[in-house]
Amino acid sequence: MLVQTHEYCSVPSQDHDYGMEDYGKGVARWCPGCGGHSILTTVQRVCKDMQYEPEKTVVVSGIGCSGRFPHYMGTYGFHGLHGRAFPVASGVKFRRPDLNVFVVTGDGDCCSIGAAHWVHAIRYNMKMVALLFDNGIYGLTKKQTSPTSPLGTHSNTHPRGSVLPPINPIQTTLGLANVSFVAQTVDWNSAHLYATIRKAAEHPGLAFVRIVQRCPAFMRDLYGDIAVNPKNLILLSHENGINLKPKARKAFGRVIEHDPSNIHKAREHAEINNGIPIGLLYQNTDNARYDEYGAHNLGMGVEEKKQNLECLLDQYTTSNSV
Amino acid sequence: MDYIVSSDILNEGDRIKPRKIKQAIVEIVSDSGEGAQKCGQSFGAISAKMGNGVWTVEIIPAEIQPPARSREGASGIRVRIGSDKVTNMGNHADLVIALNEQVVYGRIRQDAYNGNTLMFIENKWAKSEQETIRQQYSEALLKFKELGIKVVEIPMEEECLKLMPDPRKGKNMWILGLLSYMYDRDIPKAEDQIRRIFKKKTDAVIDLNIKLLHAGYDWARENLPFRYEVTPMDVDNDMVVMNGNEALSMGIMASGIELCSMYPITPATSVSHHLAENFERVGGIVHQAEDEISAIGFAIGASFAGKPAVTVTSGPGLALKTEFIGLAVMAEIPLVIIDVQRGGPSTGLPTKVEQSDLLAAIYGEAGDAPKIVLAAATIEECFHFVVLARKLAESFRTPVILLSDANLATGVQPFPRPKIDPLWLTNPIDQSPWKDGAGPFEWDENTGTSKRPIPGQKGGMYTVTGLAHGKTGKVAYDPEINQASVESRSRKIASFQKSLKPPKINGDPEGDILLVGWGSTLGAIEEAVADARAEGLKVSSLHLRFLFPIVPGLVDIFNRFKKVITVEINYSDTLGHPMITQENRRYAQLAWLLRAKTHMDIDCFSNVYGQPLNPEKVLKMIKSELKIENSEVKG
Ligand SMILES: Cc1ncc(C[n+]2csc(CCOP(=O)(O)OP(=O)(O)O)c2C)c(N)n1
Ligand code: SF4
Repeated sequence: MLVQTHEYCSVPSQDHDYGMEDYGKGVARWCPGCGGHSILTTVQRVCKDMQYEPEKTVVVSGIGCSGRFPHYMGTYGFHGLHGRAFPVASGVKFRRPDLNVFVVTGDGDCCSIGAAHWVHAIRYNMKMVALLFDNGIYGLTKKQTSPTSPLGTHSNTHPRGSVLPPINPIQTTLGLANVSFVAQTVDWNSAHLYATIRKAAEHPGLAFVRIVQRCPAFMRDLYGDIAVNPKNLILLSHENGINLKPKARKAFGRVIEHDPSNIHKAREHAEINNGIPIGLLYQNTDNARYDEYGAHNLGMGVEEKKQNLECLLDQYTTSNSV
Repeated sequence: MDYIVSSDILNEGDRIKPRKIKQAIVEIVSDSGEGAQKCGQSFGAISAKMGNGVWTVEIIPAEIQPPARSREGASGIRVRIGSDKVTNMGNHADLVIALNEQVVYGRIRQDAYNGNTLMFIENKWAKSEQETIRQQYSEALLKFKELGIKVVEIPMEEECLKLMPDPRKGKNMWILGLLSYMYDRDIPKAEDQIRRIFKKKTDAVIDLNIKLLHAGYDWARENLPFRYEVTPMDVDNDMVVMNGNEALSMGIMASGIELCSMYPITPATSVSHHLAENFERVGGIVHQAEDEISAIGFAIGASFAGKPAVTVTSGPGLALKTEFIGLAVMAEIPLVIIDVQRGGPSTGLPTKVEQSDLLAAIYGEAGDAPKIVLAAATIEECFHFVVLARKLAESFRTPVILLSDANLATGVQPFPRPKIDPLWLTNPIDQSPWKDGAGPFEWDENTGTSKRPIPGQKGGMYTVTGLAHGKTGKVAYDPEINQASVESRSRKIASFQKSLKPPKINGDPEGDILLVGWGSTLGAIEEAVADARAEGLKVSSLHLRFLFPIVPGLVDIFNRFKKVITVEINYSDTLGHPMITQENRRYAQLAWLLRAKTHMDIDCFSNVYGQPLNPEKVLKMIKSELKIENSEVKG
C-alpha cells in the first residue's frame, strides 16, 4: 500500500515490496508478557504497511527496557543515553527530511531525566512518532519509583509506598506549547495500538503516543485488572480520531465522542481516573514545524557555498580594499 | 602642555611631522555603554587596513551594567599596533584615554599603566555640579600623577556638544578622530569604517559620526604638539581582520560543517551570533537547543545522519556534555566540539581568560574515552583548526575537542586571507549500498579505523549503542570483545599520533630554560623569549597545538634544556607556602600532563588572575629562574 501523507514522507521505491521480515531482527529479550513485544510487532506492521524503506527509517531510544527497542528493528537505530532520545532524534531529522523517525522512550526516560527534552521536543514539533512506554516503574534498574507510578506504589526506593502523586503524561503534554498530536493507547489491545501508531505515523508533526504498558515483572498489579476486563477502557471516538472496525469497538464498555480538535475537552478527558481513556485526544495539523525550518536551505552546491564564503571573507579583508 | 617630552616635538613649519615609532599600546576606558570598544575596534581595523600588525583585547567589567563611575567597572579596550606582526597585548599602555577617572583605578590595579603612560582624561568632571565628583576627580588626578602617569585633561564632552546635544553616544568617534590624527591614520579609511559599523543606521547618523571624527581630528591637530607614525608592513597577500570567535565561525562555515547546535554561554556565544547572521548563506544552520546536553545530542544525531555538525560551548557547558561525548567516542560518531574557555570552576569568571579545561577535555568522561584534543594558539588557527578538526573527526570517526579561550575570543588580529578549498565543503554522505555483510565497526587491525554506514545506505542498517559492542555493532558483554573494542578505539588515537611531527622550537634547540605553552599565550611567551634572548639569556620556547594525543619527540627536546617550565593561565600551587610540599604540590594542567607523559621534572608558571598573560611577567619569571637581579615575580 502506498501512502504519501506529507511532502517529506518517503515515496516507497516501486521495485520493492517490504515484508515484516525487513523490519525485524533478532528475538526481543524482554520478559515474557512484557508489553514491549506487542508494541514492537505493531511498529513493524505499521512500517510495512507504510512501506517505509528500512534504510530510511531510524528508531531512536533512550535507556531502559524500552531502550532496547531499536536493536530488534531491521532499520537504522540509535540506542543513546538515558533521557536523551529526543535531542538525538531531532538532530537526525533536522537536516534529513527524507528519514522516517521513531522515538522510543520510557516513563523515567521521558518524564524524569529527559523531561526538559520532552517539553522542547513537543514545541519543536518535528515530524516523528514518539512512543512513551509507560509501565509506571523503572524496569531495567529493577523497580524504583517512576514519576508516573501511582501514589503509594511500593518500590525499592519507596518500600513503604511512594509519597507524591504521579505526573499524567498526556495531561502534561497537552499543556505544552505547540503540541500537535496526543494519543493514548494500551499494549494489549492490538487493534487500537495499531490504529494509533498508524495515525501517528501519518501525522505531519510530532505525534506523541502514550502507551500504557504492562510490566509483569515489577508491576503485575497495576494494569492487571484493566487488561483482563476491557470494560475499564474508555474509547474516545470521532470520525477524525482513531477509528476501529465496529467489531473491535464492541469490546469497550464505554465510548465517549470526542472531537480531537477540541483541546479543552481533551484536557478534561485526560484527567479521567476511573478507567483509561484511549484514543486521539488532540490533533492540529497546522502547527509550526521546526524540521521545515531545519531543511529550508538544504542542497546548496559546493560552488555556491564557496562563492558566498568568499563574499563573507571580503568583508574582513584589509589590503587592496577601501 | 608641559608633560610632553621635547624630543617628541618635531616642528616642520606649521605642521608637526610625525615621529616614527615601532609600536603603540592604546587603551580607551569608560563606563559601559559609551562605545569605547567600538572606537578601539575601529582604530584597530583601520590600522590593520593600513598594513599594521594589530592585537586588541576587550576590557570587560564583571557586571553587565556596573554603576557609572565605578572603580571595577572599566569597560573598554586595549589596542596594540605595530610595524611588525603583533601577537599579544603587550605590557603597559603608552596612551590611555579615560572617559572618567574612577574606571582608571581598576586598570591601575591590573598593572596596565606605568610611568611612561600618557593619559587623556575627560575634563568635564572638574566642573561637575556635584561637589563629591569634583573632589574625586581632583584626588584621582593627583594620585595618577604620583604614579608617574602623565595626565592631560581634554574637553571631549565640550567639543562634542558643539555637534550634538547628548555626546554620551558620540564621543567615541570624536576620540577615533583624535587617535587618527595622533597616529597618522588614513582618514578615508576611518570614514569607511564608520560607514561600515553604522551600516544599519540612517545616513544622518553616519554623517554625524563622520563629523565627530573630523572634529576630533581637527581638535588634535590644533592642540597636540606631537604626532606618531607606526610604519606599516609590506604585505603582498590579502589579510583579513577578525576576532577569534569570528574566526571560529568562519572556520565552521569553511569546514563544510552544516549545523551548529549550541546553548548560549559566554564567551562562546558570539560564535553563534556570527553564524546565525551568516551561516544560512552558505548552506548551514544554527540550532539553539534547550540546554547543552540537548545541544550535543542534537549535533550527534545530525552527524549520525551524515550531516557534519559542531557544538560550541564554554566550561560549564563542556561539563554538561560529557556523557554525550563518551557516547560519541563509544559509538564512533564524528563531531567537533569547540570550548571557548573561561575562568572556572562552576560559573567562575565568565568573561575572563583561563586555560583550565585542558584535563577536563582530555579526561572528563567516565570510562575510557580517548578522543582528539587540539588547541588554537592564534586567531588564524581558530579558523584553520576547525577545518582540521572536522577532517580528523571524520577520518578517525571520533569527537574532536578544539580549545580556544576568552582572550582569543575577543582579540582581533590580521592574518593572511584563507584560501578556501572546495574539498573542505563536500559532504561525506555516501548513500551507495553498504558492502554486503560488513559490520558497522570493521576496525582496521593496525589503525583501529573503520567505515561507518549512514542512514539511507541500503544494507548498512545498524543500531548505534553506547553499550559494549563488537564489530557487528551488536551489544556484547563478552570480555574478549570488550577488550578488543576499547583497544581499537584507543588504537585510532595512537595511529593519529604516529602521523604527527615533533613541534618546532622557538629559539635554540638547547639552553637553560625551555618554556612550553599552549593556546592563546603564544604571543606573550614568544615575545618574552625574544626579549630574553636579546639580553643573551639561553631561553627557548615550544607551543603545543596537539594536546591529545600529544606530539612526539618531547623527551628528546626537553633533555636538551636544563629546565622545562610550562606557562599557563590556570591554577598551580607555588612552592614556598608552608602547606605546599613537593609531594602535595598541584601542577598546572599541561605540566601535569607532560610530567605523566615524559616522567621528567617539569615545572610550571601559572596563575588565575583572569588576565591575558603579558610578556613582562614571563620575562620576570625567566630572570628569577636564572637568578638574575631585579626579578621579583608576582606571576
Ligand atoms: C545518566 C544515567 N542515569 C541513570 C541510569 C540508570 N538507568 C537506566 S534505565 C533507568 C530507568 C528506566 O526506567 P524507565 O525509563 O521507566 O524505562 P523502563 O526500563 O521501565 O522501560 C535508569 C535509572 C543511566 N543509564 N544513565
Ligand atoms: S522489566 Fe518490565 S518493562 Fe522490563 S522487560 Fe520486564 S516486563 Fe518489560
